[in-house]
Amino acid sequence: MQLAKNESQPKTSLQALPISKPESRLYMSYISVAFISLLIGGLMGLLQVLVRSGKFTLPAGIDYYQVLTVHGVILGLVLTTYFIIGFHFSLMGKTVGISIKQRKIAWIAFWIMVVGTVMTAVTILYGEASVLYTFYAPLRAHPVFYIGLALVIVGSWIAGFVNWHQLKVWKKAHPGEKSPLLAFMVTINTAMWFICSLGVAVAVLVQFIPWSLGYAETINVLLSRTLFWYFGHPLVYFWLLPAYMAWYAIIPKIIGGKIFSDSLARLSFVLFLFFSIPVGFHHQLTEPGIDPTWKFIQVVLTFMVIIPSLMTAFSMFATFEITGRRKGAKGLFGWFKKLPWKDVRFLAPFIGMLAFIPGGAGGIINASHQMNALIHNTIWVTGHFHLTVATTVMLTFFGISYWLIPHLRGRKLTPQINRLGIIQAIVWTVGMTIMSGAMHIQGLLGAPRRSSYSEYGGGEQVSEWIGYQLAQAVGGTILFIGILLMVYIFIKLTFFAPKGEEEFPIAEEEDDAEETPAWFENWKLWIGITVALILAAYTVPVIDIVQHSPLGSVPFDFPIGR
Amino acid sequence: MRRQEDKKASEKDKPDLKGTFVSVMLLGIFIIITWVGAFALFVSR
Amino acid sequence: MHLHKYEKIWLLFGIGSLVVFLFVVGYGAFWQGTHPQSHGVTIDPNNIESNEAFKPENLGLTKVDEDEYIINIAASAFYYDLGKDEEGNSVRTIRIPKGSKVLWQAATKDVIHGFHVAGTNVNMMVEPGYVSSLETIMDNPGTYTIVCNEYCGIGHHMMYATVEVYE
Repeated sequence: MQLAKNESQPKTSLQALPISKPESRLYMSYISVAFISLLIGGLMGLLQVLVRSGKFTLPAGIDYYQVLTVHGVILGLVLTTYFIIGFHFSLMGKTVGISIKQRKIAWIAFWIMVVGTVMTAVTILYGEASVLYTFYAPLRAHPVFYIGLALVIVGSWIAGFVNWHQLKVWKKAHPGEKSPLLAFMVTINTAMWFICSLGVAVAVLVQFIPWSLGYAETINVLLSRTLFWYFGHPLVYFWLLPAYMAWYAIIPKIIGGKIFSDSLARLSFVLFLFFSIPVGFHHQLTEPGIDPTWKFIQVVLTFMVIIPSLMTAFSMFATFEITGRRKGAKGLFGWFKKLPWKDVRFLAPFIGMLAFIPGGAGGIINASHQMNALIHNTIWVTGHFHLTVATTVMLTFFGISYWLIPHLRGRKLTPQINRLGIIQAIVWTVGMTIMSGAMHIQGLLGAPRRSSYSEYGGGEQVSEWIGYQLAQAVGGTILFIGILLMVYIFIKLTFFAPKGEEEFPIAEEEDDAEETPAWFENWKLWIGITVALILAAYTVPVIDIVQHSPLGSVPFDFPIGR
Repeated sequence: MRRQEDKKASEKDKPDLKGTFVSVMLLGIFIIITWVGAFALFVSR
Repeated sequence: MHLHKYEKIWLLFGIGSLVVFLFVVGYGAFWQGTHPQSHGVTIDPNNIESNEAFKPENLGLTKVDEDEYIINIAASAFYYDLGKDEEGNSVRTIRIPKGSKVLWQAATKDVIHGFHVAGTNVNMMVEPGYVSSLETIMDNPGTYTIVCNEYCGIGHHMMYATVEVYE
């Protein structure tokens, strides 16, 4: 917060641009949907852990799996996508600018997504789509559920196209200059999103919609799952990369430092683009219809995507150490004490980074080919992604919100809200440690995920599980308190914080930083390699799946109570 | 002012990242321990 | 693009560890045959009884040799069919001696199911149109719950059976 003013001018014209009122209205609309989703989805999560404790039954004939579908769809798909698009737009608006026409198209994207979200929500609320957010065939939801999801994806594409156009316009006006780091990162993330969501879009448009309407009698189940997971893994990187954007290019400014290396940050994002997509089989390791050699090939590719995260770990520590030493820190770990622990804009994302250590380690185990049988579809997996997306990503998004919302609303992050934010981050950490820890252990004991309370005929093993489910109820309740706090903070920052100016922190490079190579702007090369890797990883196994496919599956409505 | 700049330049040549190195190595060891633990459990089952 | 000396060491160490992990699982998979289940054997999803293994009389436990068994399971929402015992009652518990070699074979009559002998490595997806199978040696005595661990509908959590491995 108290940054010594830097005398020198930035080398390139990376001047932060002002954000106009109509612009901030656009960005805030996306972010507001995310926080409404947080409240609804969080309430569903609370109901789930309570049901699974065995001490509570849902009233009014509400089904556990209906609640679970709402939880997954609204937090995994709605909250994340809206927040990310809002954040993407703010970053682009700040670094490369947005034209009035682009802004109008961005609004169209927003409304298409809202219409899609509402359509999907209605089918779930009427109990016509208790298929969970993965909607595995041959369970059949109401056609409107799939059409709504398709609209959300189409809306998100339009938003991405606008982002690309924003960068293109900027590059035309700034020939020969490297694109701003954050704009580069947004472009990578939206490119990855577009390429991967083509898979799920094909599944929904070509397979699910005609089949759910009755035009197609059967569906190729394995193909639909393969298309889903072609999308499903990059989906989690679509969540993670905005957090990495904040870590690489915003956190250094908040702690009073500089970007460790612009080139390495770009390199890690390019590697994420390459290796996030051709890896979907690691979600399908225990399936009967995929050749094990191809599974292993995708396991190897999955391990490649760990490398940019190893690079990121080094960059983060290095940023902290260099900044701390510049502030006079001595010894091996003296720099650690120089970090702004009392600044929630730093603390919340920092806890997120820490959570990614067990999160990432668990992820390596999950992807380890036959070892996947140890934890596949056990509640360990739920524990895993509550560390990665629900802690690493969410706490970073909260950390972003503390400055982004007041910046957009022309308000200030007050010391009181800052303190409340710190409490929020601690509450989250405590709740998640209990809940996710219990899930990891219970998963290793074999307990399944995505299951309502059950004593499974009262086996010895099962009585052991229930203790962990009680722990999850405690952790989940604490987390819900964290959600209430966060929603309160959101309302406070949006409507009631005192008027003023909050900084939009964008870190700069060192004055004498090494120049970023120009080849980073070679988008055709990056996209070309990405597509080549996808074709290499998927062509043969998909042909094999189609050629050796069994008879298709007819739809099933009764299992989900339709 | 000059001295400060000199100091900055020497920092850049050789940023002292011993703490970073120890931190990431600890992280690496943590990953190895958890993986080996999971592998042992897998083999024992 | 410049990499700090320590970052080079870190990346070599990190990537080296990943290569070792891959070598270990790859060795197990390709040389010791511990691939995750993947046989690509297809079956008519509308009529799994067309496959010998899933005829009603062949469901459940079959002894094929000394300490060698086959267990066939027909999964449907929300039930594992393990065949009938001598009195004609549905089998809910399968008993096998410790150290037996067991070939598990499962197929579904309707939607996707999971099949996990909780606390063991017998963990398979069961998908329409495919036979899921896995061979293991049941070395550790105990009572294990078989759980459906892939969501299959509103009765998903009521889908289970029991395996007893006795000394």
